[in-house]
Amino acid sequence: MRSIGQSVPRLEGHAKVTGSVEYIHHLRLPGMLYGKIHRSALAHARIVSIDASAALALDGVHAVITIQDVLSLVPNPYYGPAFHDQPILAHGKVRHVGEPVAVALAVDPHIAEQAADLIHVEYEPLDAVFDEIEAARPDAPIIHDVLKPAGMFTDLKHLGGRSGTNVALDARVRRGDIAKGFAEADRIFEHTFRTGKVIHATFEPMVSLAEKQGDGITIHTASQSPSFVRAEVSRLLGWAENRVRVRTAFLGGGFGAKLYIKLEALVAVCALLTGKPVRIGLSMDEQFYTITKHGATVRIKTGVTDDGRMIAREVETYWNGGAYADIGPRVTQKSGFTAAGPYDIEHVALDNYAVYTNHPPAGALRGFGISQLVWAYERQADIIAREMGIDPLAFRRKNVLREGRPHATGTVVTDMEIDAVLDLLEKRMDWRRPFDRGTGVIRRGRGLAIGLKACISPTTSVATVLLYGDGSCALHCGTVDMGQASDTAMAQIVSEVLGIQTQSIRVVRPDTDVTPYDMATLGSRSTFHMGNAVRAAAEDVLAQVFHIAATSLDTEVSSLECVDAEVVSSRGARMTLREIMLARFAMQAGTIVGTGSFAPHYKKPDPATGQSPDVTPFWMLGGAGAEIEVDTETGRIEVTKLVNVADVGRALNPASVDRQLTGAAIMQVGFTLFEEMVFSDGQVVNASLADYKIPGFLDVPRDISAGYVEVPHRNGPYGAKGVGETGVFSPSPAIANALYDALGVIVHDLPLTPERVLRAIRQAENRPLGDE
Amino acid sequence: MTDATRTIRFTLNGRAVTARIAVYETLVEVLQREFALLGARESCAQGLCGCCTVLVDGTAVSGCLYLAAFADGAELVTVEGLPKDGVLHPVQQAFVDKGAFQCGFCTPGMVLMTKELLEQHPHPTEDQIRHYLSGNLCRCASYPEIVQAVKLAADKVHI
Ligand code: FES
Ligand code: FES
Repeated sequence: MRSIGQSVPRLEGHAKVTGSVEYIHHLRLPGMLYGKIHRSALAHARIVSIDASAALALDGVHAVITIQDVLSLVPNPYYGPAFHDQPILAHGKVRHVGEPVAVALAVDPHIAEQAADLIHVEYEPLDAVFDEIEAARPDAPIIHDVLKPAGMFTDLKHLGGRSGTNVALDARVRRGDIAKGFAEADRIFEHTFRTGKVIHATFEPMVSLAEKQGDGITIHTASQSPSFVRAEVSRLLGWAENRVRVRTAFLGGGFGAKLYIKLEALVAVCALLTGKPVRIGLSMDEQFYTITKHGATVRIKTGVTDDGRMIAREVETYWNGGAYADIGPRVTQKSGFTAAGPYDIEHVALDNYAVYTNHPPAGALRGFGISQLVWAYERQADIIAREMGIDPLAFRRKNVLREGRPHATGTVVTDMEIDAVLDLLEKRMDWRRPFDRGTGVIRRGRGLAIGLKACISPTTSVATVLLYGDGSCALHCGTVDMGQASDTAMAQIVSEVLGIQTQSIRVVRPDTDVTPYDMATLGSRSTFHMGNAVRAAAEDVLAQVFHIAATSLDTEVSSLECVDAEVVSSRGARMTLREIMLARFAMQAGTIVGTGSFAPHYKKPDPATGQSPDVTPFWMLGGAGAEIEVDTETGRIEVTKLVNVADVGRALNPASVDRQLTGAAIMQVGFTLFEEMVFSDGQVVNASLADYKIPGFLDVPRDISAGYVEVPHRNGPYGAKGVGETGVFSPSPAIANALYDALGVIVHDLPLTPERVLRAIRQAENRPLGDE
Repeated sequence: MTDATRTIRFTLNGRAVTARIAVYETLVEVLQREFALLGARESCAQGLCGCCTVLVDGTAVSGCLYLAAFADGAELVTVEGLPKDGVLHPVQQAFVDKGAFQCGFCTPGMVLMTKELLEQHPHPTEDQIRHYLSGNLCRCASYPEIVQAVKLAADKVHI
């Protein structure tokens, strides 16, 4: 291996430390208008009237756009990746606080902001519902009159036209005979765990610009999914996809926030209606009203035999999807089917409900629903282990899902190194060493957890590798580099195949006019899917190069090899890539184009049982171990040690893998200890970084490290699997299990704020805190 | 908005400059519009994240809150002013060497804050680093690598 497995420095490192790297955030187009969104003040209401006269009277205001204007261009203005339920602007009613109702367009951002404030909307309030359990009840206020699944997913079609419910999707898995399993169990454990809503808070706030060009439109957007934006905007406008160009740049963070459509349809419509380029960029507080992670309620019931084997598990999960489905139904289904965890359990029943509420929409956030489930099953695992008198690690070893065994979906597990992950965790945590739990005010504890994800399927990636007349090389791929170092990893793959230095490979920014289709940069799928496509594209170039060289050198293709941008024959004859281009095109000219595409095999699960022989291209497995100190007088937890371990297949770039695991783990520490959106009547009362704290330098555990297990995956590029999310799976239950270890207290809800922890401590001591 | 504009003069990365500004404009807006300097950038817009850090007379300020009008007569340094003759400043080089960023949005602010830190504490302890930089946030959580980069820069700057 020449490039794979090396910690090659990032291609764009210089640009990032000098501040010159390109973000859409900075783009200004000549003559453009700035849009500012006027947002709903109510969680659920009918719109009686919109009065924009004061806004329009302001100097510099060009227009105020409402749904009436949108309808003149887009008769059916509803969009979304799973359901076509989200209007480009509020249509007749609003379903959450912060929903876009109108847009003020002005020549200057300050004027636009002032104008947006001057728009007056009269509402007739409707009953609202916020809790996912309440919203799923038959008598709850109904948020959408009819369910409108998107055509793209055939397995959601049957939901079309369903009315009188807030349950957008129910997805189930049935394996074995759950009643029999519980009947045979010696002990049954039943708990309910909850997680609140949190947000991505990407530092480059969401931003999109659009400009009409000829009979088409160009959308410049900080997006993780340019191909999807193109398809969806085309559909809305009734245009062919080739009239819509979507380009992006480096992203200042994504984490799932910048997926599917966010501002793109709105900005496109504004540009087409006004004939001018339009920019809409959100402020940090507006991001709190745009997309969140799902809050969830997980009821988990597990039957165990006296020797500590789990034989039956029933999990019922209610996902708080907010007012619009976004990708929630997919989270519900594709993560929901892993709710039994990485365990070999004979009888399983899983029910997942995607529920509409009057909160801002929930979508993908690093982990796609997995961490909510791991929180429940790994918290419960420690409770079971303690009640049965088994060491938590030994309990897991007794129950884990090993190679060749069927997962709850029926798919046989392969290429997942679960024992190696547990071994590494044991070693890094020094698990056999006696542990001092302390006796005074400060107590210590340690805990661990493991989590499983199935990479979502089926998805497609296509890539093109180009060799230019001078022998230099470019890669066209739609994977969006939002910080995960995908450009560098993809260039390493090209480098590996063609023997060209990674640093000299040009990775072209995703642009649907140029870069081929890619489903999206999400769910840790890029390394595996795009990595395979890039490898195939580079190999296509190599085959063409060898063919030319074999003719020129009068030798067999099989005798050739490509080293340091030169083709070398077994007899020692050499041709540089430039010479090969000269041989082919007779001058420094021409292009050799290699293409590659990848879509894994897949079998759709049976809708009644969730069973499928081939449900995922690869399993992701992550474990965490934590040591904490807890102050029994204040309830404050300090994580003193955090270890993250992942099965990565193979680390294409070890430094990047390390950063992904550790960065994800620190993000999850925030979600574990303090991050939580606080709502009052649907209003986010802490919608700013002043009141919604994210981890800073002082929140990073003193001793934090990542470790990984490398056993090449049979279908991964050079054996690699995705890793961007693995680090978020397990830290929350590992930390809470450490609290349980320290004091024996059980906390069911995240985050573990000092108040919540102190209440649990005092409850356990039978002297509960009052409500003041 | 009123057209209350005025002209300010200041030193920007070693060069004397003038700019016509509106009284309500922030440093970030003016640096971007008038000088195409994009390293100081707005994220939280509340003085909480440090993405917009600019050195004004040697002290780090939040360019998202700092009114451009106050820069009149001052000496400003942005991240773009750090490289000398095309060579990265040792702090920038240390960030590259340690891969101390992911998306890079916070990086210019982190680099400038580190420069200020090393001027005050040439050999900072880990605690000093964490506390000094604690006003700068990184959503990608590259914190461990940033601490390593600061240590590396401290070694390089002062040996
Ligand atoms: S943008 Fe100025 S401190 Fe956050
Ligand atoms: S590198 Fe992304 S915010 Fe710091």
